[in-house]
Amino acid sequence: MSFANAWTIARRDFRSYFTTPIAYIVLALFLAIMGYMFFNMLAYFNEQAMNYQTYNMGHSMSLSEGVIRPLYGNMNVILLFFSPAITMRLFAEERKNQTIQLLMTSPVSLTDIVFGKFLSATLFVAVMIGATLVYPITLMIFGQPDVGTLVSSILGTFLLTCCLLTTGILFSAMTENQIVAVFLTVCVNFLLWIISWSAYSAGPVWSDVLMHLSLINHFMKFSQGAIETADLVYYFSFIFFGLFLTHRVLDSFRWR
Amino acid sequence: MIQVTGLSKHYGPRTAIDDLNFEVKKGEIVGFLGPNGAGKSTTMKIITGFMPASEGDVTVNGFDVFDRPIEVKRAIGYLPETPPIYMEMTVRDFLDFAARLNQVAKSDVKRQIDWAIEKTNLGDVANRIIGNLSKGYKQRVGLAQALVHNPPVLILDEPTVGLDPKQIIEIRELIKGLAGEHTIVLSSHILPEVTATCGRIIVINRGRIVAEDTIDGLTMRLKKGLLLQMTVAAANPSGIAAIKAVPGVTGVSATGPKLVIELAPNQGELRDRVAKAAVESGMGILEFGAEKVSLEEIFLQLTTEENAKEAV
Repeated sequence: MSFANAWTIARRDFRSYFTTPIAYIVLALFLAIMGYMFFNMLAYFNEQAMNYQTYNMGHSMSLSEGVIRPLYGNMNVILLFFSPAITMRLFAEERKNQTIQLLMTSPVSLTDIVFGKFLSATLFVAVMIGATLVYPITLMIFGQPDVGTLVSSILGTFLLTCCLLTTGILFSAMTENQIVAVFLTVCVNFLLWIISWSAYSAGPVWSDVLMHLSLINHFMKFSQGAIETADLVYYFSFIFFGLFLTHRVLDSFRWR
Repeated sequence: MIQVTGLSKHYGPRTAIDDLNFEVKKGEIVGFLGPNGAGKSTTMKIITGFMPASEGDVTVNGFDVFDRPIEVKRAIGYLPETPPIYMEMTVRDFLDFAARLNQVAKSDVKRQIDWAIEKTNLGDVANRIIGNLSKGYKQRVGLAQALVHNPPVLILDEPTVGLDPKQIIEIRELIKGLAGEHTIVLSSHILPEVTATCGRIIVINRGRIVAEDTIDGLTMRLKKGLLLQMTVAAANPSGIAAIKAVPGVTGVSATGPKLVIELAPNQGELRDRVAKAAVESGMGILEFGAEKVSLEEIFLQLTTEENAKEAV
């Protein structure tokens, strides 16, 4: 794999988010929803904190538990629904417009192409998450939130979203139809999200397996301020496996 | 430069191309001629490494397309049937992307873009969004994309489709100008296209090569016997009999004052003797000459012959 080649592709795709309406719509709606959530969480936290003070309930409330954890927990759910909009066109549009021929007949490897696409999507998500940094910055100006929890929450959110993007890229490679790609992506990501629900009724071994497969379960530790190797390994292998499948899917099309 | 051996491609039970063998030498312009669906695009897609062959080998510039795809792709500039252009980009940005994708050295990128823009006459629209351009301009952007890294081999799938006559002439001139240092394979189902630009023609029909020759050679080969055409003032039976009596003449057919005289192949020059026979019988020659077989006729003859053979 050549990073320079992947970068050439990533750069073009990243720029084309901004030459089409996608970037503006996704960013504007995402920030509006997140802003609304942040405002309400803060208001609720304020009220609770005042109650605690008034009735002197013995222990104080933490910003980590009251604001940061629900904020990033919710951001993940919003990103679950927003991420397909970022990935849907990456391959589907190239195939539909036949521009994929340009990539496939250029002296770059399929790995370069897949990684370049992934890179452009992650860059865009980085911009999205980066734009929400105003909320933690606000917290830091007016309070003392736990920086460790904040950093691990942001990192966890980013890694989890990268997994969501990987699924999106895979389905974008499978179809020429962007609507189909979006629909499949949301459904499969959602299933992987709630797969742990059946852990409660499954047997002892399967329950463990299902818990480990769940996308959101691996975020729990991040939201508590702990970055654990097991979670990192899960997210990175998820991304690797998804991109690997994308590579296989694209390669198989050539043989038909 | 390009060597194709025993190339076949099957799509499930359907055979798109069947055992193709040909060679393109450095600096040559070769035309792929054939009706739509003959396998021209499939052959080109295999040469460019876009899709693998079912059987057979392709080497470009000494590299096998299957084993060393990157080297092959670097040596080729490819214009597919549908130009692979990003509608939301400007012409210049797009060519910049194409140049980087082909690993043009950073310091050369701008120069190469300017060169490609100049060659394809895109100067006026260089900073416009491709999606807003006319079909002719889009086609030329596609061509510029194939040229931008100045590859030794150009594979052009119907390069003049959608262009107006003036642009067609410009592109033909451009292609001719690129010959020599570039090896060019272009496809077309339009005959004047290949006659105007190509030195050699490969006629493909139903996935097989039905003829491969220079235009003159092809014309010669297909004439089988030469035909002469004569218009006379007054045709008379004795005159026709006199022409028929000339050794080497295999038949004369007359429709009013127009005579078509069939000659056996390789008889040398018979026109003088035919004319003499006509004059002596007092028919009065108004017009006399060899009938030219046009490429259209060759094409139809070749492709229908093939169909007839298959029908048997």
